[in-house]
Amino acid sequence: MSQPILQLRDLRVEYATPTGPALAVSGVSLDLEQGEFLAIVGESGCGKSTLLFAIAQLLTYPASLTGGTVVFDGVDLTSLSPEDLRLHRWRDISVVMQSAMNALNPTLTIGAQLADACRAHTDWDHERIAERSAEVFSMVSIDPVHLKSYPFQLSGGMRQRAMIAMALLLEPKLVIMDEPTSALDVVAQRSLMRQVETLRRELGFSVLFVTHDMSVVSHFSDRLAVMYAGEVVELGATREVFDRPQHPYSQGLMEAFPSLFGEVRPLTGIAGNPPSLVNSPPGCLFAPRCPHVMDECREWRPELVTNGTHAVRCHLINKVLRT
Amino acid sequence: MSEPILKVQSLSRQFRVGGFRSRGQLHATDEVSFEVAPGEIVALVGESGSGKSTIARVLAGLYPPTSGSIVFENKVLGRKPTRSVRGRMPMVFQDPFGSINPVLRVGHSLLRSLKLHRPDVAKSERFAEAVALLEKVGLTPGVEVLERYPHELSGGQRQRLGFAQALASRPSLILADEPVSMLDVSIRIGLLNVMKGLRDNDGVSLLYITHDLASARYVADRMIVLYAGRIVEEGLTEEVIGSPQHPYTRLLMSTAPDPRLKLTDYEGADDLGEPPKVINPGPGCRFAPRCPLVMAQCRTSTPAMVELSPTHRAACYAVEKK
Repeated sequence: MSQPILQLRDLRVEYATPTGPALAVSGVSLDLEQGEFLAIVGESGCGKSTLLFAIAQLLTYPASLTGGTVVFDGVDLTSLSPEDLRLHRWRDISVVMQSAMNALNPTLTIGAQLADACRAHTDWDHERIAERSAEVFSMVSIDPVHLKSYPFQLSGGMRQRAMIAMALLLEPKLVIMDEPTSALDVVAQRSLMRQVETLRRELGFSVLFVTHDMSVVSHFSDRLAVMYAGEVVELGATREVFDRPQHPYSQGLMEAFPSLFGEVRPLTGIAGNPPSLVNSPPGCLFAPRCPHVMDECREWRPELVTNGTHAVRCHLINKVLRT
Repeated sequence: MSEPILKVQSLSRQFRVGGFRSRGQLHATDEVSFEVAPGEIVALVGESGSGKSTIARVLAGLYPPTSGSIVFENKVLGRKPTRSVRGRMPMVFQDPFGSINPVLRVGHSLLRSLKLHRPDVAKSERFAEAVALLEKVGLTPGVEVLERYPHELSGGQRQRLGFAQALASRPSLILADEPVSMLDVSIRIGLLNVMKGLRDNDGVSLLYITHDLASARYVADRMIVLYAGRIVEEGLTEEVIGSPQHPYTRLLMSTAPDPRLKLTDYEGADDLGEPPKVINPGPGCRFAPRCPLVMAQCRTSTPAMVELSPTHRAACYAVEKK
């Protein structure tokens, strides 16, 4: 197997709060292969967006990286100066933000914003920029005439596709997507996901995709990481995690959405709220909400234990594995 | 069936679009008619731009209808609803962060709506009543929640507060405009259960507006599918979901993400279209440009509702033919 494109080792991010540092990402280690689609799911406040920001080195106060490394293509991004980082941004790593409405400048045409990115990161001339802009727009099935449109003239789905076109401008090796579909309705969601999938196949970039709605990625991601309170609690092949979720939290997430098929049965979701990340107690962070909680769960925190291709952070699973 | 509490008859709402002197009329909803029975949850389903929120806003009196009539509890609604109508038919908004005054405690707004809408509750009993309302929607302990500020509540808790406020005026119908779409998936189900509880325990009707068919199926008794301002299919939830007739309903069904299916079950769901902006529309079915079953007559005249069963209707020539 080739070298992973992205290696996270024991990444930790803290937010400074009046009551002490909140550990939003605590010791996350992940590998992303070239061309792989990894989805990260979890509730709001579980640290999934913070993790993306940490990878892209976009953290600003009160968040700060307090440990760990982000090795991208052999280079540790955490050790680079802002100027060196700039050389990697957009060319190697690009980010698609959650709300296309807010991420695009409403007073400039979309074409001008694409050109701006090109000028900042390449020495292309005017024609080359126009040519490439039209090319990426056709890739995401938007008529290049819309390069002359302002963001408000496009529908939500088109704006989000324009954001993806922008991210692909310089053929990055890694595209980071932070809930790009959450502002869209179902029909637009699916067509966007299909488009991302097709482009990934054609162009071979890797995707790191964050969402709270795991059904969105169920058919598109290769692997799925479930995050809870700043930790990865389950990691495995997407189908495997969906068909046989092992961590009680993942099982709860699977039970949380109604289906269009089969019997209508009452669902309960997961009781309780995510824990505070300041001064978290010893023991498993999910223990207060866990239906299968045991004594040891409250005493010490379980490790992420890998069994084959599936990794789970749970005392109960470890117990089953040991016996 | 008992007498419906809400009867909407050929309701239309148009907006002038384009600049000054523009003749463009955006037909946000066109000739929409439906009824809501007591103790029933009706889901209005459609993509963004289908006119579903416009219907709720017209019903809530936020804008007057261009034409059509609304009969609520046997009274025809005028252009501006009275306080008692607003109390009997309150609205819960989509955005839990924008719809609650951030500088006032939770108790303030709740006690205030009790004061204004419930003269039968004596001043001394209002506090207890407010606590009871909060606990009814799952905000416990109510006494503590009353003292909090909105920023101390999570998105899901705020939406529950929205329902508590709507309940304060003893409504017969709550207009819920995408109440869960801004919440995390894991929190949604709790709120959907609150809605079911209101129907089952308090006999309140709900008009649940959403683009999520699966959640509509979970809570609703009946379902109305809207496309570009018109009703394309309506019926009992299980009839619509079990045998969707209109090609648009089928499209919506086929795009709903469901991890229990395989990707190959989604063949043909590659539609990139969007609901049209219906500005000065011509005749014809509005779904025709995206429709896989389109025929010549679809482009020249508008299909009428065809009855498929006493409770299931669809507006489509292809269905009519069958």
